Amino acid sequence: MRSKRDVGAGERLLTMRGLRIDGFTDDRWLPIVKGVDLHLDRGEVLGLIGESGAGKSTIGIAAMGYARPGCRISGGEIDFDGIQILGAAPAELRAVRGARIAYVAQSAAASFNPAHRLIDQYAETPVQHGILSYPEAAANAKDIYRRLDLPNPDQIGFRYPHQVSGGQLQRAMVAMAMSCKPDLIVFDEPTTALDVTTQIEVLAAIKDIVRQFNTAAIYITHDLAVVAQLADRIMVLRHGLTVEEGGARAMLAAPKEEYTRKLLAVRTFTKAAADESESATVLEVDNVWARYGGTDAGVNVLEEVSLKVGRKTTVAIVGESGSGKSTLARAITGLLPPFEGRVLFNGRELPASCRRRNKNLLRHLQMIYQMPDVALNPRQKIRDVIGRPLSFYFGMHGAERAARVRELLEMIELSDDFKDRYPPELSGGQKQRVCIARALAARPELIICDEVTSALDQLVAEEILKLLHRLQEELGITYLFITHDLATVKAIADEIVVMLQGRIVEHGKKEEVLTPPHHEYTDLLLSSVPEMDPDWLDNLLQKRRAA
Amino acid sequence: MGLLQLVAKRLGFGLLALFVITVLISLGVEVLPGDLAQSILGQSAAPDTVAALRRELGLDRPLHVRYGEWLFNFLQGDMGTSLANKREISELIGQRLLDTLFLAVAAAVVAVPLALALGVLAALYRETLFDKTISMVTLGFISLPEFLIGYILVALFAVQVNWFPAISNITPDMPFLSQLYASALPVAALTFVVVAHMMRMTRAAIVNLMQSPFIEMAQLKGIAAARIIVHHALPNALSPIINVIVLNLAYLVVGVVVIEVVFVYPGLGQLMVDSVRVRDLPVVQACVLIFGATYILLNLTADILSIIGNPRLRHPK
Repeated sequence: MRSKRDVGAGERLLTMRGLRIDGFTDDRWLPIVKGVDLHLDRGEVLGLIGESGAGKSTIGIAAMGYARPGCRISGGEIDFDGIQILGAAPAELRAVRGARIAYVAQSAAASFNPAHRLIDQYAETPVQHGILSYPEAAANAKDIYRRLDLPNPDQIGFRYPHQVSGGQLQRAMVAMAMSCKPDLIVFDEPTTALDVTTQIEVLAAIKDIVRQFNTAAIYITHDLAVVAQLADRIMVLRHGLTVEEGGARAMLAAPKEEYTRKLLAVRTFTKAAADESESATVLEVDNVWARYGGTDAGVNVLEEVSLKVGRKTTVAIVGESGSGKSTLARAITGLLPPFEGRVLFNGRELPASCRRRNKNLLRHLQMIYQMPDVALNPRQKIRDVIGRPLSFYFGMHGAERAARVRELLEMIELSDDFKDRYPPELSGGQKQRVCIARALAARPELIICDEVTSALDQLVAEEILKLLHRLQEELGITYLFITHDLATVKAIADEIVVMLQGRIVEHGKKEEVLTPPHHEYTDLLLSSVPEMDPDWLDNLLQKRRAA
Repeated sequence: MGLLQLVAKRLGFGLLALFVITVLISLGVEVLPGDLAQSILGQSAAPDTVAALRRELGLDRPLHVRYGEWLFNFLQGDMGTSLANKREISELIGQRLLDTLFLAVAAAVVAVPLALALGVLAALYRETLFDKTISMVTLGFISLPEFLIGYILVALFAVQVNWFPAISNITPDMPFLSQLYASALPVAALTFVVVAHMMRMTRAAIVNLMQSPFIEMAQLKGIAAARIIVHHALPNALSPIINVIVLNLAYLVVGVVVIEVVFVYPGLGQLMVDSVRVRDLPVVQACVLIFGATYILLNLTADILSIIGNPRLRHPK
C-alpha cells in the first residue's frame, strides 16, 4: 500500500520557495499566488485543494515553468531535480515539459487536438523529444491503454477524440501524460467534469498508473473526498496562501485550521423531513415522451416519464449526463414541447409549447440555471435584472418597483447597494443569488433548479442550498431540483427521482430511495460518490471486482 | 447530409444561379443605350441603314425571342457566333480562356504559398516587428487600386530598369518560359492584390486558436513553437483559410479585367469588355457564364474541402 510507505524519506524531486504569481486584471497586475512553499519527493502524491481562485492550478502548471496568458510568475524559486525552472532557457523548459513533467487537464475533450488521432498525440511527446521512435511509442501506447483498462486497447488509439466517450478520453489523456514515463504529473481537476460513475474509473486508473511507475504527482482538486483517495500529503490553499499542510490521513482525521475543518464539514447540511401529510399536487407530468429533431426523426430523449410534485416539497431528479433530466425541465417549461403526454399545473393541463402559455402560467413556473455567468446579462444593473420581471408580470414602476427590488435583495441576503452593480462585479455565489431573486420576483409557485450548485465551490454551494431551503419555508415554494450531485440531493430533497437513458428507474421518498435495497442503477450511483475515507476507493474497487 | 447530396444540391442551385445571370445580362445589355448595329455603323449612319443592319443581325426581334433562341442553342452545346465578326464564339473564347487561366494559375502558384507562409510566420512571431511590418505592407497593397499597382510596376520595372515588358502580349506559339516572362508584371500585380487577404486570414485563424486548451496542452508537452502552429493550429484553422483562398482564386479568374486592360493582356476579361462596348450579347453571355461557373465551382470546392478537412465529418462516430 502506498499510504504505508515512509513518505518524506525519499529523494527530493521538486521544491518551490516563496512562489509568487500575478494575474492581469483591470489594467494592473494583482497577486494570485502570494508566496507559497511546496516540496515533493519522488513517487509522492501531493493533493492541492482549495476553492476556485485559490491559485491551485496556477501553482500546478508553474512547476512546468508555464504561466497562462494574463499571468506571470513574479517571484520565488522552483527547483526541479536540480534544474532551476524559473529563468531557464526556453529550450531547457521544453526539454522538461512533457518529458519529465507532464500535465493532465480538466477537460480532455478540449485538450486533445480534434484533428489528430489519439495515438499520434500520444506518440508526439516521446518522438518530438527524441526519446522513442514512432513505432516504439505506438507500441507503448497500446500497453498503457491496456493498463488503464481502455476497451480495445490495440485499436482505440486510432480513433479521433470525438469518437470516444468522456471517461475514455480522460483516461487516454492520463495515458498521454505517461508517454515519456515522466517523474512528475500535474493533474488539474481531471475528474471534475465527469459523472460520479465515470469518475471512479478515472480515479482508479490514475491511482494504478502512478503506483506502477512510481510517478510523483500534484493532484489539484476542490473535492477533498477525491484527493483523500490518492494523496500521501495534502496542502490546503486559500486566496493564494497555504492554509495547512500535512499527511493526508492525519489531516482528514484531525484538521488543524478552521478553514480545513469547514471544507471537511461541507455536505453536512440536511433539510428536515417534510410533513408526512400528503400535500396538494402542484405539478404533474403524465406519460411524457420527448425527442429532439422533430417527431418523425430523432431518438427519444424522454420515454413515458410520469411524476407528481407536491406543494412546498423538493423533488430531486438525479442521473448522469445524457439521462434526460435537463430535457425533462425543457419539456415542463414548454421549451421543448413533448410529442406525447401532458404536463398539468394545479390540475390544469398546460399548453405544450411555452409560446402558447399566457403570462400568468409563465409566471408561476420559473427556472434557475447552472451557469449564473451566462444567465445574467453582463450589461444590466442588478436592479434591472430583478426589476424586469416585476415590470413584465406586475406592471411595477418607479418607487414601487424599487421597494420590491430592495425587498428581494434582502430575501437573498445581499445588501441594498448591490442594486447598482453589474453582474461581472459579483462572485459566483452572489450571481446565483441574483438569479434566485429574479425567479422570486415573479412570485412563482414552482422553481426548476437546473444544476444550480454545480458551478459553485462547495462552501458557497451549501450557502445557496440553505438559502433555497429558507425561502421554501418562508414562501412555500415548490422546487424541482435537477442535479447529478448526490450530496446535494441528500441535503435538500424530499423525494428523489432517478433517471437513466430517458426513463425513470426509481422514484420515492428520500429515505426510501437512499435506504437499501436500491434499484441496481441507484446503487451504482450512490456507491460511486467519493467519501472522505482514504480507503474508500480501494475497498469499493475490491468489492466491485469480487461482485 | 451526405457529401454527394450536398454537392448535388449545390450544383443544382449553381445552375439556377447561372440561368438567372444570363437573364440579367440580357436585360442589362438591352437597357444600355445603343446596340450592335449602331456601334458598327457609327453615330452618323443613316437611320434606315442602321435599321437594315439590325434586321440582318436579327436585332429587330423582341428580346425574349432572341434570348429563347440563344438559350435553346446553348443548351444543345452551340454557343453561337459573334454578332460583330461572325466568328464561332467557342473558337473566339478558347485561346482567351486559356490565357486567362494561365495568368490566374501563375498568380495563384505564387500568391497562395506566399500568403500561407507569411500568415504562419506572422502568427508564429505575432506582435513582433516582423508581424507588424508584414501587416502594414500587405494592407498597403490591398488599399491601392489594382490599376495603380499595375502602373507602378510598369513605371518601376519596365520604364526605370527595363527588366520586364510593359505590355504582356503573349501568343500561343511562344515558348512557355517566354510566356511566363512576358506575364511577370501582371502576375506580380495580381499577387500583391490577393496576398494580403489570404495572409491576414491565415494569421487570424491561427491566432484565434492559440488560446485553445489543446494548444496549451501542446505547449505543456514541450512541443516547439513552429510545430505547434503548423501541426496543431493550422489543421484546425483550415476551413476559414480554404474559404478565403478559394474566394481569391475565383477573383484571379473573374476579377482580372482591370489588370488585363492595364497590361494589354489578351485574356477573357479584355474580350468581355470589348464585347460589352459593341453590345455583342452572345459573346458577353458566354464570358459571363464562364466567370459565373468558375465562381460557383470554386466555392463548391471550398465547401467540399472544408468538410473533408473536418475530422468530425470525415470520421463520424
